[in-house]
Amino acid sequence: MASGSNIINTKEMVDEKILLAILMTTSIGAVAGYLGTLMLSKRMSLVGGPLGHLTLPGITIALLYGFDVSIGAFIMLTLAIILIWLFEKRTKLPLETLTAIVFTSSVAVAFLYLPDEEVEQALIGDISQLTLITTTLSVLLSIAVFFLVKKIYKKMVFITFSEDIAKSEKINIDKYNLIYLIAVALVIGLGIRIVGSLLTAAIVAIPAATSRNLSINLKQYAYGGAIAGGLAGLLGIVIFQHFSISAGPAVIISSTGLFLFSTVFKRT
Amino acid sequence: MENNHLALRVKNLTVELNNQKIIEDLSFEVKKGETLVVLGPNGAGKTTLLRALLGIIPYKGEVIWSVKNTSYLPPNELMQRKEILPLTVEDFYSLKEIGKEKIFQSLKSVGLEESLFKKRIANLSTGQFQRLGIAWSLVDNPDTLLFDEPTSGIDIGGTETIYSLLHEFWEKQKLTIILVTHDLSVVWEHADNVICLNKTGLCYGTPSVALTTENLKQLYGVGVKYYKHKRDG
Repeated sequence: MASGSNIINTKEMVDEKILLAILMTTSIGAVAGYLGTLMLSKRMSLVGGPLGHLTLPGITIALLYGFDVSIGAFIMLTLAIILIWLFEKRTKLPLETLTAIVFTSSVAVAFLYLPDEEVEQALIGDISQLTLITTTLSVLLSIAVFFLVKKIYKKMVFITFSEDIAKSEKINIDKYNLIYLIAVALVIGLGIRIVGSLLTAAIVAIPAATSRNLSINLKQYAYGGAIAGGLAGLLGIVIFQHFSISAGPAVIISSTGLFLFSTVFKRT
Repeated sequence: MENNHLALRVKNLTVELNNQKIIEDLSFEVKKGETLVVLGPNGAGKTTLLRALLGIIPYKGEVIWSVKNTSYLPPNELMQRKEILPLTVEDFYSLKEIGKEKIFQSLKSVGLEESLFKKRIANLSTGQFQRLGIAWSLVDNPDTLLFDEPTSGIDIGGTETIYSLLHEFWEKQKLTIILVTHDLSVVWEHADNVICLNKTGLCYGTPSVALTTENLKQLYGVGVKYYKHKRDG
């Protein structure tokens, strides 16, 4: 009887973990996909990769001192993005060049201290330690970032379309770019929870590309990115549960599957 | 500004980008309702001048506007990103937050069908896109337009249509227009005043006064030897 009860409890715990994982990956995937549509239009999709990599020192410190990896990632990302933003204002060098300088330095420093046994978790993510509190916080933060991006979306499209027209319409480009970069930092910081620092480019780039293939106007494109990202998160956890693949790669493989589907049904 | 008939006064304008002087000590005035054409070879600083007038780039000297609502249309090639985003005509107007009825009126005013409303701007022809640009820049009733080569990449017929449209709006709405172009015929047909720009202002005044053979030679080198002055017959 006791062993039967234990089995039920264990099953309930597994179910609860899966439910938490679904909630978290779906919400993070959705906001990443939504923001990704802006990043794609600014040709910044790949920047998600380097930004993910430069969270490594933050993740390393978090793993060494036992606090949440996202907090370490956020601190590192905030520092790095402010640094990149300042470098850009001072040097006018392309953002991707400055990001490359900062992220390669970060990876080099992180690998000096990252314990061998933690390498996989840092690189491709780990959802096994999920708690109700971290999931709730991740979901709430994802919703907050979604509304932040929604607020700047139209102005960012304007800026992307023509900076000169945007400036002539008195849009404060520096302000919007800064808010946009903060949103990118938050999404990458959240994203590393599910896909680690190695695969973050995928959660912003692939859903946006999928949506681009299937959308015929801006609204469809923006929300399509969110749907494709959220769906990839959900499917990823289903695959994780049934085939025992790490959740991070499973989410990315699902996303790639959706992208391949979109190439067949591409709309002009 | 003391003269309330002036839309713009520019005094000793100097623009330096990457430690290089692009425009040097340029002064001119634009009256309300005037069409000023900025003429000059490639790299003369024409686009830079418009950007400085709009305050998009830093400059030295004085740029004093006495009109509030200006609208700017950059050259077609500066709006390359239209291919990346799946923007429809409706989305394009939504950047300005304009009501649907006004958008339809605006499309009609440049001879575009309402049916284009849901069409992707990337699928418009160059001529249609240019007309859309004009309609879009006029939709919130500006009193001054700054257009940078509005007919680049358009054939002769299309070019005529664009300038006829601009002329129509200029007459109807008493617009002040500052126009950058390579096209000398536009100067003779539409300009009240012209600035010949090649870093510094080489000539300034009415076309018949400013565009002498000597000035054109100085502006373009040996390429321009003769040009028929239509207004003077």
